Amino acid sequence: MTTRLRVLDDGAWLSVDDTRRVSVSELWRVDAPDVCECDLADLVVENFLAVGVDGRTVTARVYGQCIVCGTKSTVEWVPVGRIVDGEFADIDRDGVLSVPRDVPNEPAAAEPERKSG
Amino acid sequence: MPSDVEHWKSEAYGNEIRDHLFEFAEQGYDSIPDDEHDAWFERFKWWGLYHQRNGQEGYFMMRIGTPNGVLNPGQLRVVGEIADEYARGPGANPIFGESYADFTTRQSIQLHWIELSDVPAIFEKLESNGLSTQQACGDSWRNIVGNPVAGKDGQEVVDAWPVIRDLNEEFKGNDDHSNLPRKWKVSVTGSADGSGQGDINDLAFEPAYKRIDGEDVVGFNVRVGGGLARNEPRFARDIDVWVRPDNAAAVAGGLSALFRDNGDREDRYNARIKFLVDEWGADQVRETLQDEYVDFELETAGRDVREEYTYNTGGGERNDLVGVHEQKDGTNFVGLNVLVGRMGAADVLELADLAEAYGSGEVRLSQRQNVIVTDVPDSELDAFLDEPLLDHYSPDPSPFMRGSVACTGTEFCSLSIVETKNRQVRYARWLKQNADLPDDVDEFHVHLSGCTASCAQPQIADVSLRGMKTRKNGEAVEALDVGLGGGLGDEPQFARWVTQRVPVDEVPGGLANLIESFAAQRENGEGFREFVARHDDEELDGLVEPEETDYEDPMMHNTKMTWYPYADEDGMDASPPAPADD
Repeated sequence: MTTRLRVLDDGAWLSVDDTRRVSVSELWRVDAPDVCECDLADLVVENFLAVGVDGRTVTARVYGQCIVCGTKSTVEWVPVGRIVDGEFADIDRDGVLSVPRDVPNEPAAAEPERKSG
Repeated sequence: MPSDVEHWKSEAYGNEIRDHLFEFAEQGYDSIPDDEHDAWFERFKWWGLYHQRNGQEGYFMMRIGTPNGVLNPGQLRVVGEIADEYARGPGANPIFGESYADFTTRQSIQLHWIELSDVPAIFEKLESNGLSTQQACGDSWRNIVGNPVAGKDGQEVVDAWPVIRDLNEEFKGNDDHSNLPRKWKVSVTGSADGSGQGDINDLAFEPAYKRIDGEDVVGFNVRVGGGLARNEPRFARDIDVWVRPDNAAAVAGGLSALFRDNGDREDRYNARIKFLVDEWGADQVRETLQDEYVDFELETAGRDVREEYTYNTGGGERNDLVGVHEQKDGTNFVGLNVLVGRMGAADVLELADLAEAYGSGEVRLSQRQNVIVTDVPDSELDAFLDEPLLDHYSPDPSPFMRGSVACTGTEFCSLSIVETKNRQVRYARWLKQNADLPDDVDEFHVHLSGCTASCAQPQIADVSLRGMKTRKNGEAVEALDVGLGGGLGDEPQFARWVTQRVPVDEVPGGLANLIESFAAQRENGEGFREFVARHDDEELDGLVEPEETDYEDPMMHNTKMTWYPYADEDGMDASPPAPADD
């Protein structure tokens, strides 16, 4: 069974199977290298740049800024949900979200390009 | 690889969507296949319908495109009747009630809570009265804007209204221009006040004189590639072209076709023509237009009148079109302030009555979300101004009421991060009571936009507010970035974002502090924009001083995650079901 994942509304939503499931403006505590100087970035998500999957985990490449230090960054492949029995299930995004260590994150002076629907 | 939207558009788009829309309306909302929602909702936009946001399943925003904001006699009544009958849903707004119309920054009208099953009846009523939703949204020619009192304005250089009508006729429903890489926003202005706001449009025609055979001929200079969306604002670039009014359609069509053929269809973020102008430069745009898209020799730019622009500049006589102004035929147009552009359906109908009783029945809409009643003779003016409705929609409002512009916000919009319209009403009311502008300052523009799409045009206001989030006492709360000193005119300027992530309940106090500093520190009667210009960002950040006051914000929480922020039970799990088909 195929799950349809796409970025919608100019990067404002992640759509899963034609239903908007994850939106910008959430505050995520992100454990990711190089996002900013903070031990844990408190990231306000401003745009989804791409959506992907890692096994059964739905991940997103996002642009946002840490509300503690103000650094703007792109963050690679933050886990946002899981596909369970063909259905999307939220993960607890109020908790700490850990991103892969092998993909470098970059401070971004301006909003980067995205591949969106 | 082309984007999803390009794929959907390649399968069906443009005029043909109407038939699909009517079929779905007849068979019921549930007949839209679950796995095709994203595709159809994107296509419906071409006919002016946006599916409302999460939690409002099956309800649509409907946009009616009124070229140049002109509503002929009788048309405002039609809008009021449709709003009253159809724009009602399960949520009631605590300030504006159950049914209302929104006047937009592009001189259009938006209605909410529209059900798909009602669309055919609404279209029939609109179209039998000369109104339409066609191309009000989507990747095509949008509603053409300009000076709303074109043809009547005593300050006019050239009457742009016939040009706008011709462009609208030619490019609405035109298959050659119906599927562009992205939206295409056009402004045509004939007045010397700059009220068409051409600088922030994809394509701008601005009044200019050209010396031809020893005589000054009136026409338009052409600018391309303006826009405010995302974090990439641009002013339109001068491409060194002047056109006669008779040639405006040929040049506009040439540029629209140039965009159609060369815009980026792989990345919608990069699709607007402003990015193509960045990449090519104005010279290449002109050369390509000349070589490939028009069959006559283009004239170089003429003598413009930009030095006379006052609209949204922060100085001069006409920062907006509110108040009583003389028309060239000796009657008057009366600009009425509509706070954040929203008017209850009953008030729309009453205004339609007043326009017929005191004027010609015609009403026009401005880009500052206000209405203008035209053709009021001197003999009727006093009686019109005494009408009780004008106590609320004033021709002489407080600067804070007059200066307020707000987008739709999380009440209905998928993109917005924060609540906007009701919040800006609360802000304006509080500032009116608690902030003192210097006596000689009667304009102070505060634009609140829920996100970087910038539908409230925040970057061209004295105070720009843009939706954000932050934490307060550990809790996630709605917040705003604060920008200062934006405005249009001969030398347009985007606001500088000086203070970030201010919790929404501390914004009014911050603005009052800013205004107090401005009043105390301004030099020789300088305007706010000049005051901002001579301070650096750090100094300005220090003047904003966010502060809690007696202002209380009932919408601090994440309104985006409610089904409707004003519902008693506002959680997503209390969302109403999609409306039954009846």
